[in-house]
Amino acid sequence: MAEGMSWSVTDGDKLTQAEIYGEVLSQLGDRYPDIVAITADLATSTKIGRFGKQYPKRFINVGIAENSMFGLAAGLALAGLRPVVSTFAVFTALRSAEQVRTDICYQNLNVKIISTHAGISFGQAGSTHHCTEDLAVMRSFPNMTVIAPADGIETGNAVAAAMEINGPVYIRIGRGFEPPVYKEQNYGFAIGKAITMRDGKDITLIACGVGVLQAMRAAEVLDKQGLSARVINMHTIKPIDRDIILKAVQETRRIVTIEDHSIIGGLGTAVGEVIVESGKACGFKKLGVPDCFSIVGYPEDLYHHYKFDADGIVETVGELMRREIEEDEDWEDEA
Amino acid sequence: MPLSQEEIRGLERKAWDIRKSIIEITFTCGGSHLGGSLSQTDVLVALYYKYLNIDPARPDWEDRDRFILSKGHGGVGWAAVLGDKGYFDKALLKNFNKTGSPFGMHLDSLKVKGCDASTGSLGHGLAIATGLAIGAKLQEKTFRSYCMMGDGELCEGSVWEAAILAGHHKLDNLTAFVDRNKLMIDGPTEQITTLEPLADKFKAFGWETLNIDGHDFAAIGGAIEQAWTVKDKPTVIICNTVKGKCVELMENQPQWHYGGLNSDLRDQALACIDSHYKTILG
Repeated sequence: MAEGMSWSVTDGDKLTQAEIYGEVLSQLGDRYPDIVAITADLATSTKIGRFGKQYPKRFINVGIAENSMFGLAAGLALAGLRPVVSTFAVFTALRSAEQVRTDICYQNLNVKIISTHAGISFGQAGSTHHCTEDLAVMRSFPNMTVIAPADGIETGNAVAAAMEINGPVYIRIGRGFEPPVYKEQNYGFAIGKAITMRDGKDITLIACGVGVLQAMRAAEVLDKQGLSARVINMHTIKPIDRDIILKAVQETRRIVTIEDHSIIGGLGTAVGEVIVESGKACGFKKLGVPDCFSIVGYPEDLYHHYKFDADGIVETVGELMRREIEEDEDWEDEA
Repeated sequence: MPLSQEEIRGLERKAWDIRKSIIEITFTCGGSHLGGSLSQTDVLVALYYKYLNIDPARPDWEDRDRFILSKGHGGVGWAAVLGDKGYFDKALLKNFNKTGSPFGMHLDSLKVKGCDASTGSLGHGLAIATGLAIGAKLQEKTFRSYCMMGDGELCEGSVWEAAILAGHHKLDNLTAFVDRNKLMIDGPTEQITTLEPLADKFKAFGWETLNIDGHDFAAIGGAIEQAWTVKDKPTVIICNTVKGKCVELMENQPQWHYGGLNSDLRDQALACIDSHYKTILG
């Protein structure tokens, strides 16, 4: 284990996000003796069950009962414990949205929620098990911190960092079978601080979750086409890193957002809010799941279908580059 | 130990004060959930003035008993009790419902000392109380978790999710009350969606059940103490109550679930309450 790090995994780049999450949570069990892990019959699928195997007394499986699970978490937090809850994103953000909002966020309770199978990453399961709304819902709750890690290593970092915050945190991960973005964990992860993965001057790709991998792939293709694309990993959706967005507006004047989420309300909307409030001219396009219930299929096929894989990003960048952006020479005067 | 006659008279006097406060606050604040606040009063008075292990000077004391008002709309009645207990200056209750006040009709745990959880959305409280009870056991603490539900909210599925969970975990440090006033906003519970046989339902979920007159302090005290002796299961005390209790014009009237009072109605209500207690206290 590297010095100062609270967790380590071997072959982290070969594990899924959920596998690393389960492993890291187990490793944090000694450091945080007040962690109580809770799930609703998804111990295996979400990997929270690993913690349960190691600390059976600090593990509660409520059965298939998400609403009472989040109330239970609130009660445990009120008793001075540190509940960590895992289920599928759709059940957290939609079925139990009110318990998360009212029981947990309203009271600013120290509950960590790690939701799996977010976006359309569980593609074959259909819309009952997809969740393209969770970022929109969760970032609208006061007190909530919202994180969409890019891969397994970043999931480990996010889970460890979440423990250092006294308040509710929502971390969403996919099924995570994609190749990882990070090979090792010491790259300076900090909640609320986005990471420039690759510098560029012509356009900025701002991504979260699996979108980061797609953006990196797209940037390579664009590079061969003579376009310099900046790639930003906006792992924290809330609080959003305004400064890095404003810098991208000023320096590249074109921004594309990429997320496995509805284009309504998630990362793209959050970035768009910052851009519009800046009053600066900026070409802008949101990529993600359009306003529809997704077709069924393998995730990689769906990402391609909805044009937020590398091919789709390259296509969108091409369109955006052809658009003329009216900008003032003097950034300070521009409004 | 059964309550002495003197203790019962003391609690009746307290309930008299609290019911009058509910009327006064409602008159000042424009409107409140009168019916359910009046029906829950005697159980709250028994808990706060006799049975809860609490210290109003230390509202965050980690070993205190917890009380969750799952029927959060009884907030006006709960606030009257908390103010009287000295969690805050009860003169502040003149600001109830006022813009910027810490006191809305559903109490906010971050703003109101003594309020152990923010409630108001029905069907949430029992899961929170279950979490507190499990939390006590995990930390080998001896505090108890108490939860009062309205009967109408028992239609919520999340109540029964929590009931399964509490039964499964054999939470003998959890006592729930049902304020069984038999009315919800739109009418009698049994006409809207049948709840009976209510005790049998809880029994089937692994709970000890007690059925009492929720306005009889001897019965309330006896049931609370009996729940302390139950091992390996949670207890629910079904408190048969009268919505609007002690105010004749409101008793058993669903339209008084929520309402405001002009000075005439206030005076009438206060006179009714005084007359009730003068009769029983002599």
